[in-house]
Amino acid sequence: MKFDKPAADNPIDRLQVVGKPLDRIDGPRKVTGTARYAYEQHDVVPGQAYGYVLGAGIAKGRIGAMDVEPARRAPGVIAVVTAKEAGALKKGKRNTARLLAGPEVEHYHQAVALVVAESFEQARAAASLIKVEYAAAEGAFDLKAAMNEAKKPEGDDPSLDDTKVGDFAGAFAAAPVKLDETYTTPDESHAMMEPHATLAAWEGERLTLWTSNQMVDWGVTDMATTLGIPKENIRIVSPFIGGGFGGKLFLRSDVLLAALGARAARRPVKVTLQRPLMINNTTHRPATVQRIRIGTTGEGKITAIAHESWSGDLPGGGPEVAVQQTRLLYAGANRMTAMRLAELDLPEGNAMRAPGEAPGLMALEMAMDEMAEKLGMDPIAFRLLNDTQVDPEKPERPFSMRRLDECFRVGSERFGWSRRSARPGQQRDGNWLVGIGVAAAFRNNLVMKSGARVSLDAQGIVTVETDMTDIGTGSYTIIGQTAAEMLGVGIDKVVVKLGDSAFPVSAGSGGQWGGNSSTAGVYAACVKLREAVAQKLGINSTEAIFANGEVKAGNRSLPLASAAEAGPLTGEDTIEYGDLDKTHQQSTFGAHFVEVAVDAATAETRIRRMLAVCAAGRILNPKTARSQVIGAMTMGAGAALMEELAVDKRRGFFVNHDLAGYEVPVHADIPHQEVVFLDETDPMSSPMKAKGVGELGICGVGAAVANAIYNATGVRVRDYPITLDKLLTRMPDAA
Amino acid sequence: MRAFSYEKPASPAEAATAASRNPEAKFIAGGTNLLDLMKLEIEAPTHLIDVNGLGLDTIEPTQEGGLRIGALVRNTTLAADQRVRRDYAVLSRALLSGASGQLRNRATTAGNLLQRTRCPYFYDTAQPCNKRQPGSGCSALGGFSRQLGVVGTSDACIATHPSDMAVAMRVLDATVETVKPDASTRTIPLGDLHRLPGDSPHLETVLEKGELITAVTLPKPAGGTQIYRKVRDRASYAFALISVAAIVQRDGSGRVAIGGVAPKPWRVEKAEAELPRGAKAAASALFADARPTHENAFKLPLVERTLDAVLAQARS
Amino acid sequence: MVAAGACAALPAMPGAARAQPVSRGEPVTASVSMSVNGENRTLQLDTRTTLLDALREHLHLTGTKKGCDHGQCGACTVIVDGQRINSCLTLAIMNQGVQVTTIEGLGTVDDLHPMQEAFVKHDGFQCGYCTPGQICSSVAVLDEIKAGIPSHVTADLTAPMAVSEAEIRERLSGNICRCGAYSNIVAAVSDVAGRQG
Repeated sequence: MKFDKPAADNPIDRLQVVGKPLDRIDGPRKVTGTARYAYEQHDVVPGQAYGYVLGAGIAKGRIGAMDVEPARRAPGVIAVVTAKEAGALKKGKRNTARLLAGPEVEHYHQAVALVVAESFEQARAAASLIKVEYAAAEGAFDLKAAMNEAKKPEGDDPSLDDTKVGDFAGAFAAAPVKLDETYTTPDESHAMMEPHATLAAWEGERLTLWTSNQMVDWGVTDMATTLGIPKENIRIVSPFIGGGFGGKLFLRSDVLLAALGARAARRPVKVTLQRPLMINNTTHRPATVQRIRIGTTGEGKITAIAHESWSGDLPGGGPEVAVQQTRLLYAGANRMTAMRLAELDLPEGNAMRAPGEAPGLMALEMAMDEMAEKLGMDPIAFRLLNDTQVDPEKPERPFSMRRLDECFRVGSERFGWSRRSARPGQQRDGNWLVGIGVAAAFRNNLVMKSGARVSLDAQGIVTVETDMTDIGTGSYTIIGQTAAEMLGVGIDKVVVKLGDSAFPVSAGSGGQWGGNSSTAGVYAACVKLREAVAQKLGINSTEAIFANGEVKAGNRSLPLASAAEAGPLTGEDTIEYGDLDKTHQQSTFGAHFVEVAVDAATAETRIRRMLAVCAAGRILNPKTARSQVIGAMTMGAGAALMEELAVDKRRGFFVNHDLAGYEVPVHADIPHQEVVFLDETDPMSSPMKAKGVGELGICGVGAAVANAIYNATGVRVRDYPITLDKLLTRMPDAA
Repeated sequence: MRAFSYEKPASPAEAATAASRNPEAKFIAGGTNLLDLMKLEIEAPTHLIDVNGLGLDTIEPTQEGGLRIGALVRNTTLAADQRVRRDYAVLSRALLSGASGQLRNRATTAGNLLQRTRCPYFYDTAQPCNKRQPGSGCSALGGFSRQLGVVGTSDACIATHPSDMAVAMRVLDATVETVKPDASTRTIPLGDLHRLPGDSPHLETVLEKGELITAVTLPKPAGGTQIYRKVRDRASYAFALISVAAIVQRDGSGRVAIGGVAPKPWRVEKAEAELPRGAKAAASALFADARPTHENAFKLPLVERTLDAVLAQARS
Repeated sequence: MVAAGACAALPAMPGAARAQPVSRGEPVTASVSMSVNGENRTLQLDTRTTLLDALREHLHLTGTKKGCDHGQCGACTVIVDGQRINSCLTLAIMNQGVQVTTIEGLGTVDDLHPMQEAFVKHDGFQCGYCTPGQICSSVAVLDEIKAGIPSHVTADLTAPMAVSEAEIRERLSGNICRCGAYSNIVAAVSDVAGRQG
């Protein structure tokens, strides 16, 4: 189905199942421990052996010599795989560094060997017997030191280009009120709870991979490239994924090494990345240095806005696209953005939840707060004064829907924004300094081609098959709701099967495109199935109404199941998009409100209240959508207050590479969180009229925390995370 | 993890004998630190002596009016003991601020005292570390040292002792009872248990080979207002950036020990003499010999400000 | 050897080990019996096997999750003799004769435990990987409060304990949820606590 005109009324608008806050259909399995993840597939294939990965002990250089014999001879060992044994391997399109080092080492903890043994304990013990001699090379590990050498990112992607509208320099110079500040965000880790894991089994030339991957088809494609075998010979099964956040978008070393290990051992092998290896072995969100300049009239109208961002990555990698939102969020006739990329020899930087916007808004929305203060304006009023209904770079191009103003108005009412003191450091509660802050949330809505197959059997059971994944996002449930709505049955009559490359290729889970795009694909397949049903029942499909397990046309009404009496009926289709996302800017919006308390003595910050008001198209399931938003708010709170991969600039690695060293929020850090969704439908986005919401929640929330800390203390910290050491000596004197 | 044999003796004497028989053995109690380290081969015993069956898991009153805490008493049990909550609140508070409910259910009194540093370079076997591999160098000096020590450290090691419990026990003047492989016993003041690193940071305590902690004894209650204030980035389930254990009497005199700053709970006699004059005077005595790194120098003002808040709380 | 470890240093004295000697890293095996979810199980295990791996790899009770294997996340939480512990930081052989309750022992898809039901109702999870640990921990937390065990946020150490959101948050802080379902988990646990009265 080609989606190239705004959606008209369609069966989804009936909202009998879609839009309801249903419990997750996979919930009972998850809460009973019977949802089985990649490393837990004990019964799918017999004779599974255990692989254990050894990571490089240097950041850059070569393996001089490697003695694997002690490991080979160790009890229980079946095989040892290194680059030497693996033979020629290519690199998948989406990998920057190779997944198996040797002889070159490109980053710390890059895999250098896999030991396969009868038991996990034996594989682990044997891996430690491998002796590797390295010839370490000099590397670049310090973003600030490498900034001057940073270059304009290469590639055809226009989103990497410098942008320029009007005369920024002139307008900025002439602006009566201006800001020119630099902000930094650190390297961050996805730190999903389920480590990367894969069970690999060869059957002749055919390879099956039970793994934990957000993008099944990307995984198959890149694995085929890496091994140099046909794509058709690879099957990926990824039914449950213990969190991804972008860290499982790509083929990682667990998959490749399990496959190589299984080939060498001639039996199925399962591999999980041990937690202390994960952070340096896999990808991370790269650190940024961001310079923002804003110039306004005396009344606060933006006349000039510039956002420049520096980040680093391995040779061949890409930048953190932290300036994207600044092209679209606020009006202003004169504007520029630019990104510069430094070559660093740290582990591979790549997408993490809301890549670009998450760190970009941490800077931009702090700058907006600072600018409002310079102007003596309320931060919300300043933002609304510079709101726009059109793409500021191309005023002829409207937003499909933009209700940022309403998000702020609804939020400020609910949160009690009017009680905020404009002067910081004014509110005291015992030993705590209390403040509130606000920030805009903004994330583009991406649409992706997505396919599905839907069938109906004689019992009236509707089965959906698509390679879409559920990484905690609620895909199982909203896909079930979509099929139920389209075929007029209850959700209890729908079976949803996901995460198998044997099913039609979907949008996958990334970039907050999964929910809208994958359900639109299911919609398209359901339209085909409805046609097949109508034809079978001898009904004109355009007149047919599917409701309550029946198909009605005129005064005829037949049980849905009767259409499949002679055998199951199937509809398969793919949603494809025209140029509605070109003619109209499609984005999602929100407003974050945060109250913090900062200990007057220790400068420890604790969050007291959080509210997000979101405008993100139709909300397919308010319960799971709300969970997406609170989860993203939690991750954003971590980014604001504690998350930072500590770079050892001499040795070139992330030092705090486990869950004790890399602190993410725990229960005690997070208060009750409130989420409001504005009631809206966006007919430009898809037949579902929905947009993404999984990443919107992290966009801006860090700045709202930072602005609240400023409001509480009067101390402005522009380097995230805002830890107590950065506040301490500048805290107001205790009263 | 290296392969190991395992035995579970029934008495401290048997445990000591078992230890004397096997030079590469380790005692295992809660296991919450030892197994963590064994998985990384930072510890690699070839024999484990499980001391969970030695009957060292009771808390008894002493003739002097104090409490004798068995070495195997779990952190949860100790924190929840009514006598501890009433008379040694600083100890309850310190325990409850540490680790997580799950870990406290298994972690033991002696194991907590003997847990090893959480310095990230100690934990990464590809990195030089004098504590893990004597003579290999200290990666933390000049590296990521925000969490690490500011006082009592050396050019060979700037690791801290990570315990909260030990800081409270130090301020309570606890003593440690041990049994040696020859069955002799001795008592060690807690302040003397841990060594400063000097040029041999791999030697962390004064315990002799095979010496087993059997109990920790608290003297009779010190009274006063007892406060344990732990400062950390994350609100829970995190090691201290710094902590302050204090017992403050009505006249303003008192005792104070600091956690998160040194290779052992940090207590300085002169600082306590200064305590009635306030936090600034006490902190400057505590850190007279401090040698912080660029990354952890904030711990000095942080301790002073926290101590000031603790003293204010004690007064109110 | 270094004077450190769980309990004390050990001597470098000559003499034969009583236990089976270890040669060339050959695994040592031992028999362990325990009750798991009410069923007596006996396993012959490598001494290095953690309780977590015994459950997951030997009994195929994969509801208990391995998130970090180092006591840093809480995904492996199970209830042993009534107390919640991290099963990754205890050896199976150290748990001779104990009673283990895992997520599979609390309830089934068709007969959910009230805590499991509350997690579904309040959407107290997303990816589901930390969930069994969160649920086992939550069940034990309510018992701990009933038993009068204080926490870091308990205002008065000598007063009776009461369930509050602050108490739940502090006591569950050893169970990390990277999806960030905390707010909903607290709602689920409060709901069950309220019904228990």
